[in-house]
Amino acid sequence: MSRNNRIPFYRNPVYRGIAVQITVLALVLWALYTIFTNTVANLNERGIQTGFGFLTETAPFAVGFSPFIDYKLGETPYWVVFLIGIQNTIIVSVLGILAATILGFIVGVARLSPNFLLSRFASVYVEIFRNTPLLLQIMFWNFAVFLPLFPGPRESITVGEEIFLNNRGLYLPKPILTESVGAWALLAAVVMGIFAIFAFNRWAKAKQYHTGYRPPGRLYGLLTLVVLVFLVFLIFPAPLSFEIPELGRFNLTGGIQVPLPLFSLWFALTTYTAAFIAENVRGGINSVSKGQTEAAASLGLKRPTMLRLVIIPQAMRVIIPPTISQYLNLTKNSSLAVAVAYEELVNLWAGIALNQTGQALVIIAMTILVYETLSLLTSGILNWYNRRVQVVER
Amino acid sequence: MAETGVFERKESRPPPIRQTGAWEWAREHLFGTVTNTILTLLGLYLIYLLIPPIVQWAILDANISGSSRAVCEANPDGACWTFIKVRFTQLMFGLYFGANPEQVWRPTLAFIVFAALIAWLTLPPTPYKPQVALFTLIGFPIFTYAVVQGEWLGLPAANVEEWGGFLLTLTLASVGIVMALPIGILLALGRRSQLPIIRAISVIYIEFWRGTPLITILFMASVMLPLFFPSEVDFNKVVRAMVGITLFQSAYTAEAIRGGLSAIPRGQYEAADALGLGYWQKMIFIILPQALRISIPGIVNTFIALFKDTSLVSIIGLLDLLNMAQTASRSIEWKGYDFEAYVFAALIFFICTYGMSRYSQYIERKLDRETQR
Repeated sequence: MSRNNRIPFYRNPVYRGIAVQITVLALVLWALYTIFTNTVANLNERGIQTGFGFLTETAPFAVGFSPFIDYKLGETPYWVVFLIGIQNTIIVSVLGILAATILGFIVGVARLSPNFLLSRFASVYVEIFRNTPLLLQIMFWNFAVFLPLFPGPRESITVGEEIFLNNRGLYLPKPILTESVGAWALLAAVVMGIFAIFAFNRWAKAKQYHTGYRPPGRLYGLLTLVVLVFLVFLIFPAPLSFEIPELGRFNLTGGIQVPLPLFSLWFALTTYTAAFIAENVRGGINSVSKGQTEAAASLGLKRPTMLRLVIIPQAMRVIIPPTISQYLNLTKNSSLAVAVAYEELVNLWAGIALNQTGQALVIIAMTILVYETLSLLTSGILNWYNRRVQVVER
Repeated sequence: MAETGVFERKESRPPPIRQTGAWEWAREHLFGTVTNTILTLLGLYLIYLLIPPIVQWAILDANISGSSRAVCEANPDGACWTFIKVRFTQLMFGLYFGANPEQVWRPTLAFIVFAALIAWLTLPPTPYKPQVALFTLIGFPIFTYAVVQGEWLGLPAANVEEWGGFLLTLTLASVGIVMALPIGILLALGRRSQLPIIRAISVIYIEFWRGTPLITILFMASVMLPLFFPSEVDFNKVVRAMVGITLFQSAYTAEAIRGGLSAIPRGQYEAADALGLGYWQKMIFIILPQALRISIPGIVNTFIALFKDTSLVSIIGLLDLLNMAQTASRSIEWKGYDFEAYVFAALIFFICTYGMSRYSQYIERKLDRETQR
């Protein structure tokens, strides 16, 4: 007789576990089934057909902003509208992530500055932007600041004769590669220049390893890039031309147009997320033990050198994971574009397209799928990164 | 090979004398080095650039008297607080109480009781904290509903759909946290359970709601929730938003509590097992009290995020504080005073969230002190 047989089976943790799991699973499945049957009944009652058929139908509304995918009113089908939504989400997210990272690092380092005023400014910045709702900030910048502050198209603020800023948006000259040998030469020059930066940097590192003296490798690389590009412009008359925005009857046409909603959304996402990234940076730098700072100081390093060579590299391990989560948050937060009518995924697809077709189930499921994919991708990257830095650790 | 040289030791400099006082403080923090001095001067210039105009606009030149637009138009250089003053009841309590000023005492009473309860809970030397906390979580919502809605007490009915402004913001956020707390605890336990199916269901639930933007969830709640239930069941818009917010918040609460659970040393589990406690006894008497205590800062942080995020309900058409401010500043009577409306709303949000974040930092420090040996 083993001891197990003396316990009645309903007290045995193994059987209990199985029973509990089966019960919970049954409850969940029952709930899902009820939702499913209710939905089918409700849809039948209202005479709504669901399915993916509408995706190939032509979308009957105009899409104002789509820099990379062509949109023609009365021709473009719904699935292209979906792609345009994703494209516009990616555009504002990438721009926001770049700007927020730079601003966040500056504010985070400033918050730890020995200068009293500077660190106080940084902390006031962080507290204000962290403690008010993002939606309020987006609306504030768009409706209370930029719209009244920026002039109309006729009185645009101009930089030179090429860049215009008004209450419809920002207009930049658009580079156009003319189809020619020159264009290819320019491309080759840029690629070679970037390669040169890496090569020189490596060479400088090796040199430092052997002699202790580090030549300015990056500078040499950058110079090579500039010289190469300059040479191309010297040899070929016009490898690149610019389409400059022009003032029409009512508005500016041509060039790269950044509509005001995109500008406001980008601005608000940047300033808001930067406050969170700044906190990550501060936390990361504080996590580097004080002995490291003291050791660096006793080597006679100046504060910028110390930050760059000793503190930041060690802090990165702590800074990067939460910052990647902030990148995901920024991307999700770009859905607040609804407030200023920038045409990203949620506004264009779960808003306008849903209202036009009434296909709530399919459309919301597709929207959620996009964000879930992004979220899984982010956590995948995080896990990979964490595994990698764990190996580096003792 | 590098050349070798003879190293001659220089005379060391004398150690610095420890210096204190205002001048030394300024030297260290403001004018220590050339860069530091430049930064300080830049900072002073920025202060000069920002502070005087703000004070001038918001206080010295501001309009507060009267009750009509004409007052602000007569003095366009200053802030138009008259607008906020006139619309104050609406911004705080919404359209119903804005239109029925004789009923305003009801939400006001609820606010005062709420403030008293919060003060009781946050100030250290008050007795009966657990009991008061339990009342705040369960009794107070019923009290608020009874007083503000009013029908149970024979007062004129102010249905929840007619609540608005700060009252609605606070209601949505409170319902979100109160409903999400038990679900979050169960999910956190489920995610750390040894039963694979339970764990899988919890993980899928948590990751699903955390991966989606709240605004999509609110769209889903407002468009699709009625489809999920038999057609006799009818929800109003506020309840739909509450369901969406609860589903969303429970996933975040679960993650905050999971952090607390994983901070409990294994010995605690083993000791509970050694006492022969069952799973629920072990969790309720040994693990959760410690874990929840550790996760208070985390829970407060998710609550701060939720409190700000409730403003998203303005996109699905609920008149919360933000939407009320926007609506007020777009009314014909006060058109063009967006700036004041947003600043006022931002100020209220800021006071609440800044207070909460300060409190969570205080708790963190206090807990830190308690765990130190």
